[in-house]
Amino acid sequence: MSKTTKKKTTKRKTSKKWARVDGRKPDELRPLHIESGVIPNADGSAYIEMGRNKIIVGVYGPREMHPKRLSKPNSGVLRCRYHMAPFSVDPRRSPAPSRRDQEISMVITDAIEPALFLERYPRSVIDVYAEIIEADGGTRCASINAAAVALADAGIPMKDLVSSCAAGKYEGKIVLDLGDYEDKKGESDVPVAYLPKIDQVTLLQMEGIMTQEETEKCIELAIEGCKQVYEAQKEALKKKYGMVEGAEEKEEEPDEEETVEEAEEE
Amino acid sequence: MTKEEKLSTKFETRDIVVPGDLLYEGRIRTGENTFRREGNVYSNKVGLVSYSQDRVSVIALEGTYTPLVGDLVVGMVIDIALGQWVVDINASTDAILTITDAINKSFRTNFDMTKVLDVGDVVVAKIVDLDRRRTPILSIVGRELGKVHEGFILKITPSKIPRLIGKKGSMINMILRETRCQITIGQNGRILINGRNREDEELVVKVVHKIETEAHTSGLTNRIQEYLREIKEDRK
Repeated sequence: MSKTTKKKTTKRKTSKKWARVDGRKPDELRPLHIESGVIPNADGSAYIEMGRNKIIVGVYGPREMHPKRLSKPNSGVLRCRYHMAPFSVDPRRSPAPSRRDQEISMVITDAIEPALFLERYPRSVIDVYAEIIEADGGTRCASINAAAVALADAGIPMKDLVSSCAAGKYEGKIVLDLGDYEDKKGESDVPVAYLPKIDQVTLLQMEGIMTQEETEKCIELAIEGCKQVYEAQKEALKKKYGMVEGAEEKEEEPDEEETVEEAEEE
Repeated sequence: MTKEEKLSTKFETRDIVVPGDLLYEGRIRTGENTFRREGNVYSNKVGLVSYSQDRVSVIALEGTYTPLVGDLVVGMVIDIALGQWVVDINASTDAILTITDAINKSFRTNFDMTKVLDVGDVVVAKIVDLDRRRTPILSIVGRELGKVHEGFILKITPSKIPRLIGKKGSMINMILRETRCQITIGQNGRILINGRNREDEELVVKVVHKIETEAHTSGLTNRIQEYLREIKEDRK
């Protein structure tokens, strides 16, 4: 960061200390809440609140693909649908899928696909439906986070969860997880999706203008954010199997337990 | 367990793991729901990890049905093609039932297939053949197989079927004894229930639901037995 920009920002703002619009630290995520198994009729589902984003994701499959000509004989197909509800933004938007929806659907598909073993499901499809109930910037990242939890909740074999988070430049500073205001007023935005355990980036987009150093810093910061998201995803998946009333502690008598391998129909 | 093995295991047996969790570092056989990457073993599903002498596996808590030869399944006829019925068995691909696997005698080319099975019929069938690239092949020739005439179907997560059956059938035998219903468990997560009266059937539905939500906990059979007795006493 150069000195001149710092002076400018302090001049513009009357307070001495620079702060983000919602008072967060530059490397702080918005409040994150994930829940799994929220749609009983879906094979897997998840609900995420990332700041004011509210997204619900349902996963169906692997199932027979229709129309059949779109299926692949040697591998399964992942089909994601990103859709913003008409009331998710102000002013109301048309419920018809827009160019932007189509593009983000594709981007989400490409970000999640490396984590799946699609070759195990030839001629089948895994459908992921992400519905944006309320949008507040960074919906594609939040959708990926929820979709990864929903896929794991559906019991679909995965190499790793997919965590996603954006970083960007706002008022000359590199900040993590931009909200809608920062996204629009800021100089730049870099959404990243990341496989935390494999240490691979599966989505990298960039919008706006930044120097090479700033971009590198952004990506690093976004990956740090992804790691924080990963912990929340893990917690969400485990929370579903919390303690059941009257159940014994699992460590107590593992020997008496009927295990799956031994269970056989008479 | 030797000292060396203990160092390599990353979890305790029956800990909950999520996809991508490192389960074991080093040489060991990979059991169910695990995969090997760069010489280490990772989980690929949400489940309970289980370490044994020579292998590490994950007991899946959620999962879709993967057809295996010999499985008993409850399916629904969804289409009739040339010489075969297409049966939905809740798997990633639909299953095929040919005439020769449906009737145990010779037939003519003008054979009316709808007389044996029609679209919408429910069948209890066995998977007799399978290819990873191809659809499962079913057979309804055999004892307790064939078209279903009465009862209703209950759906549960296929990965929880083993818990419903229990160790050597302990759970299902107990439920059969207590509820006096006819129960056919399809490995594909569809359970066919046929009771003498509505009350008995409702009892089964309640119990199966409880098993499904508490499948990952210990001492389940005893708890279910108590639960059944409680409901029965309430009724009296």
